[in-house]
Amino acid sequence: MQSLNNPPVPDSLYEKRKAVYPKAVDGFFRRLKWAIMIVTLTIYYVTPWLRWDRGPYAPDQAVLVDLAHRRFYMFAIEIWPHEFYYVAGLLVMAGIGLFLVTSAVGRAWCGYACPQTVWTDLFQHVERWIDGDRNAQLRLDKAPWGPAKIARRVFKWSIWLVIAMGTGGAWIFYFADAPTLAQEFLAGSAPMVAYSTVGVLTATTFIFGGFMREQVCIYMCPWPRIQTAMLDEKSLIVTYKDWRGEPRSHGLKKTHDVGLKTGDCIDCLQCVAVCPTGIDIREGPQIGCITCALCIDACDAVMGQIGKPRGLIDYCTLDDAAVEKAGGTAQHPLRTILRPRTLIYFTLWAAIGFAMLFALGARTRLDLSVQHDRNPVFVQLSDGMIRNNYTIKVRNMEARPRRVALIVTSLADATIWTADATRTRNVRQITVDVPADSVQKVRLFVAAPARGEEREEFTIRAEAQDGDRRGDSDEVVFERPEREDEEQGE
Amino acid sequence: MAKAPKDTGPRVDQPTGTEFVGHEWDGIEELNTPLPRWWLLTFYATIIWAIGYTVMFPAWPMISRATAGITGWTSHGQLADELQAQQAKRAPIIAAIAATPIEQLPAKPQLMNAATEGGRAAFKVNCVQCHGSGAAGSKGYPNLNDDDWLWGGDLKTIRYTLEHGIRNPDHAATRQSQMPAFAGVLSEGDVAAVVAHVRHISGQRPASALTQQGAQIFANNCAVCHGPDGKGGRQFGAPNLTDGIWLYGGDTATLTETVLKARQGVMPRWGHKLDAATITMLAAYVHSLGGGEASPAPQEATPANAKPQ
Repeated sequence: MQSLNNPPVPDSLYEKRKAVYPKAVDGFFRRLKWAIMIVTLTIYYVTPWLRWDRGPYAPDQAVLVDLAHRRFYMFAIEIWPHEFYYVAGLLVMAGIGLFLVTSAVGRAWCGYACPQTVWTDLFQHVERWIDGDRNAQLRLDKAPWGPAKIARRVFKWSIWLVIAMGTGGAWIFYFADAPTLAQEFLAGSAPMVAYSTVGVLTATTFIFGGFMREQVCIYMCPWPRIQTAMLDEKSLIVTYKDWRGEPRSHGLKKTHDVGLKTGDCIDCLQCVAVCPTGIDIREGPQIGCITCALCIDACDAVMGQIGKPRGLIDYCTLDDAAVEKAGGTAQHPLRTILRPRTLIYFTLWAAIGFAMLFALGARTRLDLSVQHDRNPVFVQLSDGMIRNNYTIKVRNMEARPRRVALIVTSLADATIWTADATRTRNVRQITVDVPADSVQKVRLFVAAPARGEEREEFTIRAEAQDGDRRGDSDEVVFERPEREDEEQGE
Repeated sequence: MAKAPKDTGPRVDQPTGTEFVGHEWDGIEELNTPLPRWWLLTFYATIIWAIGYTVMFPAWPMISRATAGITGWTSHGQLADELQAQQAKRAPIIAAIAATPIEQLPAKPQLMNAATEGGRAAFKVNCVQCHGSGAAGSKGYPNLNDDDWLWGGDLKTIRYTLEHGIRNPDHAATRQSQMPAFAGVLSEGDVAAVVAHVRHISGQRPASALTQQGAQIFANNCAVCHGPDGKGGRQFGAPNLTDGIWLYGGDTATLTETVLKARQGVMPRWGHKLDAATITMLAAYVHSLGGGEASPAPQEATPANAKPQ
């Protein structure tokens, strides 16, 4: 009761970061991380420099987010702002993909592919290269500031800074023609936003990768929370098999001499030493564990040295853990991964992907939108006809100029013309030249006899006059004055 | 009042370890908890900022106006500067529009476009009062969207109408047409007959004895300006009576009123109020509304474009 009424008041709610000095390690998962790091960094740095020929009217950069002209290019795909739902679809796919990966292989994203993980890993390699491995780093940290320490620190931070600038620098190339921007950037004539973007990203990379590291995962990032909620008893997580490891022994010989029954864990603390987030996996699953599996590599190496089977720390589901604890053998990992939940996620994910691919393949690259002038709604013409005006926008989304026919169907005895032509009887089709990859605005006049419905619906169609004859049509209304005057006129 | 013992220094509140200020009320005492340092510094900084601000910018209200501030900045001045910058930006294209004879504008799409848009803005300021925001007019005020023109609908003619106005008594070059009032000239029956004839030629009623009688009266009194077939004439600004467009109305009552009392609508001239470029832009805009007519075939060598005011 005492403690309930007077809970101990912490001196401060701020917990100072406990520095982590992860030890170098080698093994299957470390090599996998190397491979993934190389692949992801290569994708990041190389992508903006890939070229893709789109003809003379569009940029030749394979992946380009052209904010100034409001276009998004990705290889053969070009997306206009009104097609932003493809990007929304990609985000939905990313979300479901996260569900899929998390329910199948746990926090694999965190452990291997997340930029924070990849860059932190890179920075830690630099750190080990300059300061030495874990113990050397510990010593150097404790050492008083002297010329040698300052020199090492400045050197390390400079290299970090170069990497950070490279990171920020690569980002901007996604938003403009990379070779041109690179020249402008070095010449000092690039737009201010390029420099500020590089500046901000350099700062965040330097700080997040060099100093905050695992704190970003533990305190800042929402994904660990979401992913923790996504995990179930069939998800692969990094597990210390306590039923095999406990009780721990400090030195095999000593315990054998005493004759105590011991587990496989010799409490060598290698799993703690290599952990990039500084946790002890033997305390069970925890939010700090990004499942990078480096402790598995470390433990496997030790088990090899003391002649025990590998896998004291291993990927394992909670279900399998219970089975193994009871003395059974775990399921094959594939059977764990292929279960209804993951299959449903995969089906959903794939369905959205295929739907988008289909929509991309079937979309017309010619779009029409028609706006009826409201002021005035109609105009009485001297020959008794009624004219309605429409503002028409023809979007040519192909990278070549096109000739487009505007056709009015179903409005009896109608005639159409534009501001630069004069009216002639019974013209129902006019052609408009639309420049490549742009919108052409046309003011269309439509005249029809005064007799007819007050509000008559008709169709305006835009039809490409070259190769691909597909087009777009729009239902619009033709308005006429009320017909009282006719009744008045005898 | 709790009196702090003089010799033991300030008293300290045991549970929190904070000094007392010495104020006490009904047994409740005030602890000395100073403001955080950063807060205080920020506060002082705002005071310094405020002093600097009132020196630099208009701030203190005086009797007739506020203190000026040493930078001399005012929001009016800023607005004036921005307007001036805008005008300077537009100046070259305005000059180009003013320098181009209006019938040559359509050949320069960029200028024509700028003129039309500039005219749209100027129309909203100068013309909507009578012609309406959509230029659709109302009774007595012509609809500028249609294809019926009293004086002509090509760019140059529209511009002339704009510049010189219609029935401006103080201006010699103004458009002038005068339909006489026929009250007292024609008998009531004659007026009814001529109205019937006009409604017949405009397709609003079938022929009859009355319309035939009216045709004769029309030929004697009206055909001089409106033409023998009633199709009007732009040289007099006489409206076409056979089409579907009526400035005042084509029903019997309105036509009778028109014949008896005549109509003398006035449009102000803009030549002395607006600059030449603005008038050109207004003409381009009105021409673009849908009824604009092509300029007459160029008569070779017409250097007398620039009309004296």
